[in-house]
Amino acid sequence: MYSLERPVQGRSSCSKDRLGRKRRTVVSSLTEDEELTEILKSYSSNKVTTTKYSFLSFIPKNLFEQLHRFANIYFIFLAALNFVPVVNAFQPEISIIPILLVLAVTAVKDLWEDYRKHKSDKFINGLVCEIYSRKQQMYVDQRWQDVHVGDFVRLSCNEIIPADMLLLYSSDPHGVCYIETANLDGETNLKQRQVVRDLPRQGSELTPENFHSRIECENPNNDLSRFRGFMEYPSKARVGLHNNNLLLRSCTIRNTETVIGIVVYAGHETKAMKNNNGPRYKRSKLERRLNVDVLWSVVLLVIMCLTAAIGHGLWLRNLKDTSFLIPDTTSPALSGFYLFWTMIIVLQVLIPISLYVSIEIVKLCQIFFIQNDVDFYNEYMDSRIQCRALNITEDLGQIQYVFSDKTGTLTENKMVFRRCTIAGVEYPHEENGEKSKYIFFLHNTTFSIREHGGATRRQASSRTATSAFVQGGAGGALPEPCKMTSSRPQMCMCLLKRSETDSMRLNCLSSPLFLLRDASMELTYIVDFFMALAICNTVVVSSPNQPRHVSRTPLKSLEDIKMLFQRFGLPRFSTLSSPHTTESPRSFTRRLFSRGKAASFTPRLDGVPGEDGDQGGLENSNGGEGPPSEPRADELIYEAESPDEAALVHAARAYRCTLQGRSLERLLVELPGMGSLAVRLLHILPFDSSRKRMSVVVRHPLTNQVVVYTKGADSVIMDLAESPKGAEQSDGRQGHIREQTQKHLDNYAREGLRTLCIAKKVQTSTEYEIWLKRHAFAETSIENREELLLESAQRLETNLTLLGATGIVDRLQEEVPETIEALQRAGVKVWVLTGDKQETAINIACACKLLRTTDQLLTANCDSKEACKALLLELRAEVERGEAAEGTSGFTLVVDGRTLDFALQEDLKGDFLELSRRCRAVVCCRSTPLQKSHVVQLVRDQLRVMTLAIGDGANDVSMIQVADVGIGISGQEGMQAVMSSDFAISRFKHLRKLLLVHGHWCYTRLANMILYFFYKNVMYVNLLFWYQFFCGFSGSVMTNSWVLIFFNLLFTSAPPLLYGILDKDVSADTLIKLPELYKSGQNSKAYLPSTFWLTMLDALYQSLVCFFIPYFAYAGSDADMLSFGSPINASALLIILLHQVIESRTLTWLHVLVLVGSALFYFSFTLVFSVVCVTCSPPTNPLGVDKLQMSQPLFYGVCALTTVLALLPRYTHQQYISPSDTLKAALMDQLNPDNYCRRMQHWNQTQAQSKARGLIINVEDLDIKIPDFILPKELKECRAATGSVLS
Amino acid sequence: MMASSYNAKEDGHVTVPGGGTIQNKKPDNTAFKQQRLPAWQPILTAGTVLPAFFVIGLIFIPIGIGLYVTSNNIKEFEIDYTGTDMSSPCFNCSQSFSWNSTRPCTCALPFSLEQPFESNVFMYYGLSNFYQNHRRYVKSRDDSQLNGDTTSLMNPSKECEPYARNEKMPIAPCGAIANSMFNDTLDLYYIDPNGTRIQIPLMKKGIAWWTDKHVKFRNPGGNPNLTSAFQGTTKPINWRKPVYELDTDAENNGFINEDFIVWMRTAALPTFRKLYRIIQKKNNMTPTLPRGNYTLEVTYNYPVRSFEGRKRVILSTISWMGGKNPFLGIAYITVGSVCFFLGVVLLIIHHKYGSRNNTADIPN
Repeated sequence: MYSLERPVQGRSSCSKDRLGRKRRTVVSSLTEDEELTEILKSYSSNKVTTTKYSFLSFIPKNLFEQLHRFANIYFIFLAALNFVPVVNAFQPEISIIPILLVLAVTAVKDLWEDYRKHKSDKFINGLVCEIYSRKQQMYVDQRWQDVHVGDFVRLSCNEIIPADMLLLYSSDPHGVCYIETANLDGETNLKQRQVVRDLPRQGSELTPENFHSRIECENPNNDLSRFRGFMEYPSKARVGLHNNNLLLRSCTIRNTETVIGIVVYAGHETKAMKNNNGPRYKRSKLERRLNVDVLWSVVLLVIMCLTAAIGHGLWLRNLKDTSFLIPDTTSPALSGFYLFWTMIIVLQVLIPISLYVSIEIVKLCQIFFIQNDVDFYNEYMDSRIQCRALNITEDLGQIQYVFSDKTGTLTENKMVFRRCTIAGVEYPHEENGEKSKYIFFLHNTTFSIREHGGATRRQASSRTATSAFVQGGAGGALPEPCKMTSSRPQMCMCLLKRSETDSMRLNCLSSPLFLLRDASMELTYIVDFFMALAICNTVVVSSPNQPRHVSRTPLKSLEDIKMLFQRFGLPRFSTLSSPHTTESPRSFTRRLFSRGKAASFTPRLDGVPGEDGDQGGLENSNGGEGPPSEPRADELIYEAESPDEAALVHAARAYRCTLQGRSLERLLVELPGMGSLAVRLLHILPFDSSRKRMSVVVRHPLTNQVVVYTKGADSVIMDLAESPKGAEQSDGRQGHIREQTQKHLDNYAREGLRTLCIAKKVQTSTEYEIWLKRHAFAETSIENREELLLESAQRLETNLTLLGATGIVDRLQEEVPETIEALQRAGVKVWVLTGDKQETAINIACACKLLRTTDQLLTANCDSKEACKALLLELRAEVERGEAAEGTSGFTLVVDGRTLDFALQEDLKGDFLELSRRCRAVVCCRSTPLQKSHVVQLVRDQLRVMTLAIGDGANDVSMIQVADVGIGISGQEGMQAVMSSDFAISRFKHLRKLLLVHGHWCYTRLANMILYFFYKNVMYVNLLFWYQFFCGFSGSVMTNSWVLIFFNLLFTSAPPLLYGILDKDVSADTLIKLPELYKSGQNSKAYLPSTFWLTMLDALYQSLVCFFIPYFAYAGSDADMLSFGSPINASALLIILLHQVIESRTLTWLHVLVLVGSALFYFSFTLVFSVVCVTCSPPTNPLGVDKLQMSQPLFYGVCALTTVLALLPRYTHQQYISPSDTLKAALMDQLNPDNYCRRMQHWNQTQAQSKARGLIINVEDLDIKIPDFILPKELKECRAATGSVLS
Repeated sequence: MMASSYNAKEDGHVTVPGGGTIQNKKPDNTAFKQQRLPAWQPILTAGTVLPAFFVIGLIFIPIGIGLYVTSNNIKEFEIDYTGTDMSSPCFNCSQSFSWNSTRPCTCALPFSLEQPFESNVFMYYGLSNFYQNHRRYVKSRDDSQLNGDTTSLMNPSKECEPYARNEKMPIAPCGAIANSMFNDTLDLYYIDPNGTRIQIPLMKKGIAWWTDKHVKFRNPGGNPNLTSAFQGTTKPINWRKPVYELDTDAENNGFINEDFIVWMRTAALPTFRKLYRIIQKKNNMTPTLPRGNYTLEVTYNYPVRSFEGRKRVILSTISWMGGKNPFLGIAYITVGSVCFFLGVVLLIIHHKYGSRNNTADIPN
């Protein structure tokens, strides 16, 4: 699929309305009103052009843009300088070559990119959609680019939305339309959109002619989740517009046959386009370091040129009458000044401008390799790693702090309902994954409901077992406590595995059953609880029979089919029905329910659940065709915004409280024994992070009361449920429930479960009316709507009755402990920032080995700033004491959100950082997204360290953006994190290889390549500089100027690139097994200022050797300039290439090819040039020079000696001066598997020991045998490695 | 580069409405893409470094000795005739300097060779403190003109300025290099034991590079009559005679005069020598230059004292590796010895300290 949108660059924002208004007015484009037509015309059309250039403007515009780069200006300055006669060093045309080459390469790249954009633009603009035409009185096919604001667009299922439109009509009877926003944010679940409220019904389809309403909405902006405005009917009545009414460009219509909308934003003003910012640009740490050294190069260049200039001045002054020189009246000082500029031209190569281009190329290739790593491939999601930032690969190798989200990052974010507490009674839900067995005990009645529906073979087999058990249970072999309960008119649910009968027994025993005096009360609680689970959410239900991507099923006929089925009923189960009523799946699901139009819905007033009500309706024929066979409940697919919701809905379904369908205005719920009920949905107050809860307002199907079900974080709900109104009896009861629930909640948290509280509130109709009025006001207001809505929600969610709480387990992702351990061994500090409760957070931290048993746990919870300050100091003292004492391996700090707030304040942050710096790990719980980003920012800026933030949800976005490297996990929670990240991975474990292997490689490769570039340039340029001492500092060069220019551009440019792309200092296996090696990157070992200067010294030495050996060999001889330069050039090339061979850690056939190719290219070029070039390149005509030189033995004698002597120090140094850990590891790579294994053990032992002792390892230590300290895991790994190598 | 946020889905994954053909996004598991290319790891361990040192030592020392011996076998004789000294025969000539003096000043320098020169002898003139490699000097020539291009002959390149034209007449050859051409005449006489002066025949052809003589330098117009070929041009200011009168031999006249060609190949360093003549070996019986006394007769034209230059004449035989230069031999021997020495030292270090590591360390 073509990507629909592309970033727009340099396009001035059109958001400023030409009329200077804050709003935009949209009317039907069919309007006759001239003025309004004018307004519509002022909006941008739907044609998108993301290209930067047009055919004609390419050359001037591209040139202009390129000239904005510093590097290019430098080149042009040099080229221009060369045209000044007094200072020119080469022929003008030669000095143009570098700039032309760079400009050409960049221009070709830009052109290609622009062409691709143009092609996709053309494709997108040429897509066809149906627009209503006034002339033909019908919808006609039009290209996307011809869509204008105010047009009516009709779309069918699976069509892509061409512009942001307001949904006016949907073929769905409920006025609902589903869209898939995958193109926009990557989320594949369906989103529901609804027709503008209270739109006058216009028969079967909307008639554009009759549409005379005026739409007022915001000016275009990039907020995908917000759309505010109102529609004014001709009758002046206004109705509020939400995000819910807006169909966004580039989304896809699903599950809905036809929709019609009016375009409100088109083209570049659509939210999709406004959101398109293109790739992110960050500057890496290495590049900042690099820029410093480039400045040093500039200093060096200036020094060299000054030296030459002064030397020239002095030389001229001492020179007496020179018969050979051109008579010149310029003063020596002026000549010196001129010479300064000449030398700048001659020595220009010293500034490694081509380095920037090379770095870009290398990084692109590194990205290519990262993206192609098969280890980052996720089979289930069919996804690989996404690299969204292209220029910070090497930062991955220098990370010092990792800030991780918990849910979805460390854990699966696949929520599994584990236990719940209802009205103070705890019910375990032991194995949820199977959902295969459960038993109802109800009112001395036992009936079992078997899993049915998509009965797989496994389930089928287990079914028999279950029934056998149930039989037994009924026969009196029930576990003791259950028998007890069965004697009471109450309902107890135990879902159990047979093997876990004991635990069940315990659980049942622990239930304070005596409290449940009122059975119906208890029942109400339970029903309410599951009802809340089933409906208090925004889950979309679909079923596989009705494929999500419906191919144009004529929905109208579907409606007709539906109409065929009159209500029909089966004997319903009620509390009064006979015992042992085992409802067959068929009977259960063949429930009748109200079809759902408000008009046809008859609320039940009696509230007696058992009675066969008059409610009825049509079989919800999910299949859409064929006879009304049972829709198999188990094949319902729930698509939830958050996995918690899905888990709860699934849990409710496991207890026969099934959410069967959802429309805009009602929910279809199947309750045990009551069949399908249509619940009229009055409002949804969606979840937001400040309220930490969500509510639904429904009209209860049984009682017909207005009921608010609220689900939210325990702390919030517990507070809101504080003062329950009601009878005193109920008050005491509530108190008890609260107490018990809190106890259970604490238990859950200790077990690492995620807890949610469920509460409800019954509203009287007057209360509701009052609230409704103000809420309606809030909904229609344009300004401050968020605030008003929030306030409105808060008004409603008070005085709640606590129903119970749920405990959801979120399993750890695979290999999380190993990854965290590896990161910690690599010297990376791992912080976990989570919104969860402290206990949950600590529990998870333990589970993922962030917290070890030997660690000392420091918790910081305080209520005031003063207390916080005191606590921080106290903890610090404790850490200092602990550090002095032996025994503890480290400290882990646990901070809660409130304390964090204090700690982040200006005057305490120093203390906080000091404390956290000494801790091995920090866990921040109950933290808000903003706090997360503040923490990251604080650590990054104050400690000046490299930070990495990893998260999966929208709440991690700010943190991801703040950190030096942001990593998104593409998981359950949508794509916001991924969209804002630099790299997107699918599992947390990938972080290990990404950092330890790719990060290490990228960093060392790039660092080494940069150093090599500096070395290469300094080495070569110095040759020219030394020559100045022998030519009167006149700026002469002993080389042909073409060769001189090409030396950097062609002969020695490819090898360093390959070096930067492919070099591997240590193998991936070893890097994974020895995370300590990562420290070299953290401490920037490969590229320290000292390394830089050492390299510079080496380059200086090599250039001295490379110049003076030929100098002495040719001194006093009859060698001419170019003959003298020829061996110097040749040996410089050999030295530079062989230097790289020495520096390289791996040489593949590609290296050999490129290295040999470069050398051959040089020699053949000079040879051919020396034969062909008769009068070219005037001052340095090479005719015959190299041909003659290369036929003389002296040439080779000089080259060999020079090369060997120049490389001798580097060669010796590599091995014998301070071999680093990295080098030792590289050596290990060369061992045979047996030795490799032995060494690996040694290493790990030494590391462990030295860590314990706080010593620095040294080479000799490697051999000391440490008994009783063999790490069995490493041993195993080693064996495995050996095995694999051997096999 | 400009991969937009939407393009992530572009590769591979194509969703077809209704059905859905999904291409697998799994990266290719190839050695290249997974960075598992078989590689040689040139890690310098003692095992590879030590042999290398010894090998270098063993190769370089013999080469060095060879070079040194070769260089020592070369016979070289050098005589300075600048005439800065009062006692020097050329003192007078050096004092009276003028580029354009019509009266030639000659001086004779006697010298004696202690050893006979057996093979061909190359006679060089050497100049010191003469910056033929000065940037503006080097530039000051017109290669097209020298290549016989008639347009350039009449319109010398502006690089030749200010030696491009003399009184509106184009200078041929133009430029500072040509203008400052060495114009001393050197003759060599053997004083045989009975006192007679025998002039030694000096070959003036074959001193320039073949490519220079036959490709790079050409007389204009292909006209055998050089006088007419150079019609309309004038001689360089410092020259005494025009370019077409440099020699009587048509094959060595004009731009292809070898003395001129040799001069035009600018020396690399301020102290240099240029081949002047070749004394060919007559037969195997007599040495080219027997032991005995000689006289060098110099027609002193070329002024060097103004810039404290020196002028020398060098007689030298040459070997396969060029003229006499002991440096390379010594350097080879030194580097070879250093390598060898380093090898020994490192071997000892390795043996002493490395042996402990060897059990679990680097096997070698």
